[in-house]
Amino acid sequence: MFSRIYSAGTSGIQGRIITVEVDSHDGLPGIAMVGYLSSEVREAQERVRTALRNSGFSLPPQKTVINLSPASIRKAGTSYDLAIALGILGALGKVNLEPYSNSLFVGELGLDGIIKPVRGVLPMVLTAKEEGFCRCFLPPGNQREGQAVRQMEIAAPESLKQCVEWLRHPDNIKKEARVQGESLLCTASSEEEKDFSEVNGQLVLRRASEIAAAGQHNLLMLGEAGAGKTMVAQRIPTIMPPMSEKEQIEVSKIYSICGLLPKGETLMTKRPFRNPHHTISPQALAGGGLVPNPGELSLASEGLLFLDELPEFSSRTIEILREPLEEKRVTIARTHGTYVFPANVLLVAAMNPCPCGFYPDRNRCRCSSKQIRNYLGKISKPILERFDISAEAAPVTYQELRITKGNENSEQIRQRVEAAREIQKHRFRNAQISCNSQMSGKDLKEYCKISSTDEAFLENVYRKKQLSARAIHKIFKVARTIADLDGRPSINHNDLCEAVGYRSLEGKYWEEERL
Amino acid sequence: MTAPLTTEERKCLFWLTKIDGFGPLTIEKIWNNIPDKVSIYNIEGKVLKEKRLLQAAQAESFDIFRKYEKRQKIQEEYEKLKDRDIRFITPFDQDYPKGLQNIASKPMGLYWKGRVPDKDRPVAAIVGARECTSYGSQVARFLGKELSRQGVQIVSGLAAGVDGAGHRGALEAGKPTYGVLGCGINVCYPKENYKLFESMEKAGGIVSEYGLGIKPRPGNFPMRNRIISGMSDIVIVVEAREKSGSLITAEIALEQGKDVFAVPGRITDVLSAGCNRLIQQGAFPLLETDDILDYFGMAHGKMLRIQEKNQKGLAKKEKKVYICLDLQPKFIEEIVKESGLPMHECVGILLDLELEGYIVQEANHYYRKKL
Repeated sequence: MFSRIYSAGTSGIQGRIITVEVDSHDGLPGIAMVGYLSSEVREAQERVRTALRNSGFSLPPQKTVINLSPASIRKAGTSYDLAIALGILGALGKVNLEPYSNSLFVGELGLDGIIKPVRGVLPMVLTAKEEGFCRCFLPPGNQREGQAVRQMEIAAPESLKQCVEWLRHPDNIKKEARVQGESLLCTASSEEEKDFSEVNGQLVLRRASEIAAAGQHNLLMLGEAGAGKTMVAQRIPTIMPPMSEKEQIEVSKIYSICGLLPKGETLMTKRPFRNPHHTISPQALAGGGLVPNPGELSLASEGLLFLDELPEFSSRTIEILREPLEEKRVTIARTHGTYVFPANVLLVAAMNPCPCGFYPDRNRCRCSSKQIRNYLGKISKPILERFDISAEAAPVTYQELRITKGNENSEQIRQRVEAAREIQKHRFRNAQISCNSQMSGKDLKEYCKISSTDEAFLENVYRKKQLSARAIHKIFKVARTIADLDGRPSINHNDLCEAVGYRSLEGKYWEEERL
Repeated sequence: MTAPLTTEERKCLFWLTKIDGFGPLTIEKIWNNIPDKVSIYNIEGKVLKEKRLLQAAQAESFDIFRKYEKRQKIQEEYEKLKDRDIRFITPFDQDYPKGLQNIASKPMGLYWKGRVPDKDRPVAAIVGARECTSYGSQVARFLGKELSRQGVQIVSGLAAGVDGAGHRGALEAGKPTYGVLGCGINVCYPKENYKLFESMEKAGGIVSEYGLGIKPRPGNFPMRNRIISGMSDIVIVVEAREKSGSLITAEIALEQGKDVFAVPGRITDVLSAGCNRLIQQGAFPLLETDDILDYFGMAHGKMLRIQEKNQKGLAKKEKKVYICLDLQPKFIEEIVKESGLPMHECVGILLDLELEGYIVQEANHYYRKKL
């Protein structure tokens, strides 16, 4: 007898519907599984067989063939167990699968028949909705994740036995299953432990973070150890505008695939803050593996990727950032397909100005100019140029350290940032981009007009500071954001000066003293 | 000074300087005790040892170098110098710096590229720390420039920091300046001075006691310092820590009977500690370039004060920001606090001042005055 049932897997960050076909007929007893399977899918055979027996179903001595189609796509993961088990029961005539052609079955089976959670449920359910499915059977551990998708009936049976029970009596499903309404979504948790009011002093860093958050400009912080660079970086997500529902779903998809969704929450509501250690491998940062998994860059998408001690990262790891930072996505090519992961990150990096960290205070710094250049030279110019803003963290005095109030809090800063983002949204309403940092050369001409005196001034800066064309573009973009923060339609002289001030790095550190 | 050497004699002296384990004193002793210099290869080490001109180990080394192949090789190297426009100057030559004639263990041969100092004009050495502050390198550059403009020749060690800044100042004034190396004459150390090295070959002179391809060894530098101070009439120490190479140079200068000038600094600055200590011990404090010119009895027209740029031509707000600055780099937040201007305005003014050449951005958001 033949039966057909639907399950789903993931490919990249997309869910993919997989049809499980089972046929059982007379012949040499045994089970054969086909359909370009990875080893964990092959092992499903043993899990399913044992789970069926322990759930009280006996398998007759028949030849059973299981096909996972489309057969040309490699299948990995354990999400097909439940569908395979039910497919076998269907083929044996123990349960009628006919009424469930618009249902999706996802879940891993334990040997006792318990249904265990799997990764990537959210993208699977999203795809199911697109494909016209109306009901999903998910593991209880993934129930809330599935409920994030609107107008989808989610049923979460505890075990294989219970699932079969429900399938035999469809009324039970209606009772148990819930359809998601509005309530669960967009509950940006109001409790934010970290706040900018805890940062004392650091006027430059505060201002730089505000601009970075407002225009999505990559930020490089320099300063001696212990000045508060990490502290500021951790607080930047708190001044970014809350995520829209679309963004939440996009981010949650990635976290779902990596199995990193926070327990008890439906979706990622807070902007991600990823802080990988500098020993991270290039693959872990960008994503990789035989069947590629998202890396830190994608996990930080729509949020903040913080690279502390930037020169300590291996140069291969840093260089890998080049294209993703420009294209806002990571493309990984494998022989069996190309995977695209989102990487719309705000990159924030921190580093010391020299190996000892005290330069330019020569009373404490004894690094030779060669050492300093070597240290900073670990970061190539192309990477350096991708930072729109470089800001210095000042050493904090004791008095500043002991201030307990009077600092602006995240809420106040965020209001300004949101206002600036609104202006940008309006500006780019007909374009593919959303922030000033993504403007192309054509956009710059249109939106960043400056007076003729400023034009002459900028030309002077360009020549005297020996800037690159890219640097001039970045200056325009940052100046645009500064003007937006002030709510001004045009860029003025001070905006330009400030933007130039944030680009002082490459000329100063990276060039030898000219004779 | 005796009669100039013949070519053969010069080759013999060159050969002597190449022998392992021979210092300038040994060479001088041998040279002065051998009547027929050209036949020096025929003397056995044993004989020289008996005459108490050599020690046992040196005598052995002498015999090794007497061998034909060794001599041939050294001969080849001598020829190579000519191709590279390097001169081998001995104490018996006109061009040998006269200051070096009277120092203890004077170098018996100097490799020389480019010009030699003018014997009629005073020579000053500008020395100091390699890891100097921006203040130190500015002062060195200023002194190098102003002194060479007034006709003082600048000698230094072509090192990073103060030394290089002194040379740069002199070159900026368009005057020749002389660098003494602690490595082979064709080795550029440190590498970041490559441009300076190149332009000094053309517009000045480079000297070394060490032959082609000798690597910089720490032990070479005190030896080099004796040449720096020996070539000069005075030594100016711009910035030095206590217990530093610059203080060794000052000490050697005193032993050689040269006067030492030190640029005083704040007592809290570690890089001025060495200079202040020198002053305490009797060195001349250097307060302005006139001090040096007066010392040399040189007439000078306008007063040359080490001071900041003329503030005329600055707008009111620019002046307000400018006076907050110092020769030491200052962080922008401090400038904002002291000037009382809002941050974004301050940044604009600082950028204007930078473009106009009044100030320098030392590191990211650190600014200082320009001399």
